[in-house]
Amino acid sequence: MATKASRSAARIMMAPAVVLLLGWMLVPLIMTLWFSFTKYLPLRGDSIERGLDWVGFTNYSRFLSSSSFWPSVQTTLIMVGGVLLITVVLGILLAMLLDQPIWGQGVVRILVIAPFFVMPTVSALVWKNMLMDPVNGIFAHLWRFFGAEPVAWLQDASLSSIIMIVSWQWLPFATLILLTAIQSLDSEQLEAAEMDGAPALKRFWFIVLPHLARAITIVILIQTIFLLSIFAEIFVTTGGAFGTRTLTYLIFQRVIDSQNIGLGSAGGVYAIILANIVAIFLMRIVGKNLDA
Amino acid sequence: MARATTTNRKIITTAAAWTIALIIFFPIYWTILTSFKTEAQAINDPPLFFNFDWTLENYAVVQERSDYMKFLWNSVIVAGGSTLLGILIAIPAAWSMAFVPSRRTKDILLWMLSTKMLPAVGVLYPISLIFVEFNLLDTRGGLIVVLMLINLPIIVWMLYTYFKEIPGEILEAARMDGATLKEELLYVLTPMAIPGIASTLLLNFILAWNEAFWTLNLTAANAAPLTAFIASYSSPEGLFFAKLSAASTMAIAPILILGWFSQKQLVRGLTFGAVK
Amino acid sequence: MSLRRTLYTATALSLLTAGGAFADGHSKTITIATVNNGDMIRMQGYTDNFTEATGINVEWVTLEENVLRQRVTTDITTKGGAFDIMTIGMYETPIWGANGWLVALDDLSAEYDAADILPAMSGGLSHDGTLYAAPFYGESSMVMYRTDLMEKAGMEMPDAPTWEFIRDAAAAMTDRDNDINGICLRGKAGWGEGGAFITAMSNSFGARWFDMDWNAQFDTEAWANTLNFYKGMMDASGPAGYATNGFNENLSLFNQGKCGMWIDATVAASFVTGKDSTVADSVSFALAPDNGLGKRSNWLWAWALAVPAGTQKEAEAKQFIEWATSKDYIELVAANEGWANVPPGARTSLYENPEYKKVPFAQMTLDSILSANPNDSTVEPSPYVGVQFAAIPEFAGIATEVSQEFSAAYAGQQTVAEALEKAQAITNDAMEAAGYK
Repeated sequence: MATKASRSAARIMMAPAVVLLLGWMLVPLIMTLWFSFTKYLPLRGDSIERGLDWVGFTNYSRFLSSSSFWPSVQTTLIMVGGVLLITVVLGILLAMLLDQPIWGQGVVRILVIAPFFVMPTVSALVWKNMLMDPVNGIFAHLWRFFGAEPVAWLQDASLSSIIMIVSWQWLPFATLILLTAIQSLDSEQLEAAEMDGAPALKRFWFIVLPHLARAITIVILIQTIFLLSIFAEIFVTTGGAFGTRTLTYLIFQRVIDSQNIGLGSAGGVYAIILANIVAIFLMRIVGKNLDA
Repeated sequence: MARATTTNRKIITTAAAWTIALIIFFPIYWTILTSFKTEAQAINDPPLFFNFDWTLENYAVVQERSDYMKFLWNSVIVAGGSTLLGILIAIPAAWSMAFVPSRRTKDILLWMLSTKMLPAVGVLYPISLIFVEFNLLDTRGGLIVVLMLINLPIIVWMLYTYFKEIPGEILEAARMDGATLKEELLYVLTPMAIPGIASTLLLNFILAWNEAFWTLNLTAANAAPLTAFIASYSSPEGLFFAKLSAASTMAIAPILILGWFSQKQLVRGLTFGAVK
Repeated sequence: MSLRRTLYTATALSLLTAGGAFADGHSKTITIATVNNGDMIRMQGYTDNFTEATGINVEWVTLEENVLRQRVTTDITTKGGAFDIMTIGMYETPIWGANGWLVALDDLSAEYDAADILPAMSGGLSHDGTLYAAPFYGESSMVMYRTDLMEKAGMEMPDAPTWEFIRDAAAAMTDRDNDINGICLRGKAGWGEGGAFITAMSNSFGARWFDMDWNAQFDTEAWANTLNFYKGMMDASGPAGYATNGFNENLSLFNQGKCGMWIDATVAASFVTGKDSTVADSVSFALAPDNGLGKRSNWLWAWALAVPAGTQKEAEAKQFIEWATSKDYIELVAANEGWANVPPGARTSLYENPEYKKVPFAQMTLDSILSANPNDSTVEPSPYVGVQFAAIPEFAGIATEVSQEFSAAYAGQQTVAEALEKAQAITNDAMEAAGYK
């Protein structure tokens, strides 16, 4: 059906989106690349007008050789992986539960998706101060009620705490997508399998899970993109201490705290590389599910 | 017998679902509740659930300190403007990808998504410098453009998946009847895709509303939305749980209410093409 | 250039969606970035008085301390020009002043009486003898303690205690069953939080950040002593999770009656004796402790108002600064809310005022401020200015990272020796990157 005319029309119609995104990608990217090869310390008076000194790969080697680099990559991967694991597993279970006939389904759904509407800053503040505070937090009260010593969450279980907070925010998103997918599942197929005496676990494994594969792929893909740039949750809770410094946060420290734009830009380039490695990795594993 | 089993089962699933839902909702509930306590009651040991004197004092204090309506209005304009602008740009693009696919369609789609992987902090300086250069700092217009660009890949993708579900035959029929491309888009395609467009609108409105990096770093007094409002309460001096809760409640209430009213749409529409 | 055009097109489009988004503010409106501290919030309440008197409108951008720093620093280095007045501290002022980014405040009116500003404050807010920011309030740090608990422990707080006394008193006051911690101190990562405290404390242990050749000094005995003493005392008598406690957390704990002693900013004195405090009647004050080495462990800080160079409204901005940091403003607050609530630590005349002398913490605050000297803060000579910081551009970045290592040591995730070793490496790396070597 695609005629020559419609093809060129299609190109024109795609142009605004493509050009805009190309600009949005290229302009900052080129500037970041440029800065990453220069000595750019604004507090020392360096600025573009005065001209930036070219320093070659110094910033790249310095960023890479810093003792914080590899731990930050590791932290990033653990955090993203942890949140993905929790949201996908709990999301599937929750979606299956919400698919059952229950009283007050509408209200239950509203309650479950509510965290998705909360700003990251607000949810981090609420969790840190009202729930996880070792003296006045609700968890501390709960622990004391059961005679246990309250846990200093953000200090002793810092990374898990942040994973918990972020998972809370993203669980609704995963649940929603998986729920729509489950609802489209042919119930006759399931009933037939039940008649044949297939146990629940088997039915889940051979019928439900394959049906959800595409939805899971999409949840993982979209969440990964957002999770790689998690910032507010760390900034508000631990400020990067106790092994919660992700690559994004490390770059923040270089750019904002140290005001070393060259070094931070080199870090930004590494972050883009890491993101693309993760993306390629994802595509390899799950890419076939995306084929229309 | 069979009916009893189903009823029993329903009771169990209902209980389980409600328990989990209440646990998930608890942090929000607790925040809202705390916002009606005094500072002393907020940190009372044991925690107070209902037996306290409800007060609106915290809201009064917050409102007195900052002009909530101004922040709210900026949030509405910025989130709404960026979403609408994004949809306008994304509809043609998604249309051409869905109905005139080429070998590169999937690559372009994935490339668009990959533009979201640029870490925001890494490009803070470049973007700030561009904003200063073009006098966009602290303007709602500038913020709208940035948020639109951030969410554009998601918008394009969502619309693409909805459009793909529309059978091509209908379009061809319209074309046979002599519909131009514009008419085809406006009168045939768009109405069919309304549910999809609606949930795209919703999701991106939420994402834009909650964006807290650029909205903070590119604004001052004029264009600052609710994310900046909350940044002035995040750690003030002194006992602050109740006021923090009031400010938090005010920041999330509008979007929470919108989300609740439109949850059916969101539940039905949020597929990203996951369902075929 | 097509990108430029693209940007313009996109901008034009968004103009359509958000009509009037670019409407310029009124010409006589100044925009002020400030921190969300109690005294600043109070000032916002009195802004109407200023507008009435001058016809100049004021737009406030109130942000939490860390966000404020991030925001104003980016704005000044990219010449963003979003603010006509910025609230900055003693760390930023000399650095920005040296770069020519701030308007010199050398032409303030005679009534303003710039000579009345406490010399310690004007000294820290100047570069090469020129004042670049006017102090809104100034602070040092001191010991705040519970007289009732001290009595119960059978001890008596001297006016100028030693660290050993503090440690022993903390141990004696601690009563875990009743949820009373002998001492609450900052342990939170961040150069302005736990970093500031431990640096000020290290001064009294004879430690310093750099030697005269800008070599990091974390491999010295003095630093090991500081950290070991701090951790030993806090593990024995501090609250649970102290490694995440900053100013706010400790203030909350103290006001709830859960701390015997708290060594922190002098401005906290008005809060712990104020209406939100459950222990207001039994608080007393002492100088920050020392070790007999000639330096105490108190810091010096001011939140000050500065005008970024290049603002269109320089005259109006200066007018506001003169109003907000004037003697009249202090009297305005005193008349409405009492002398205990005026912004402290900025002006000599305030401490000569007989009314203010009646405020219980006034004298101790002044003594603390007077005993801190940014130009000579360490026992051994150091090349930097600043008590709890070194006023060089690299410091904030280095000290934030170093304090993260320290916090991890407080939390028991690594030993003190490991933390110091990492601190040494981090600092030398960064100094090398900045071209000091």
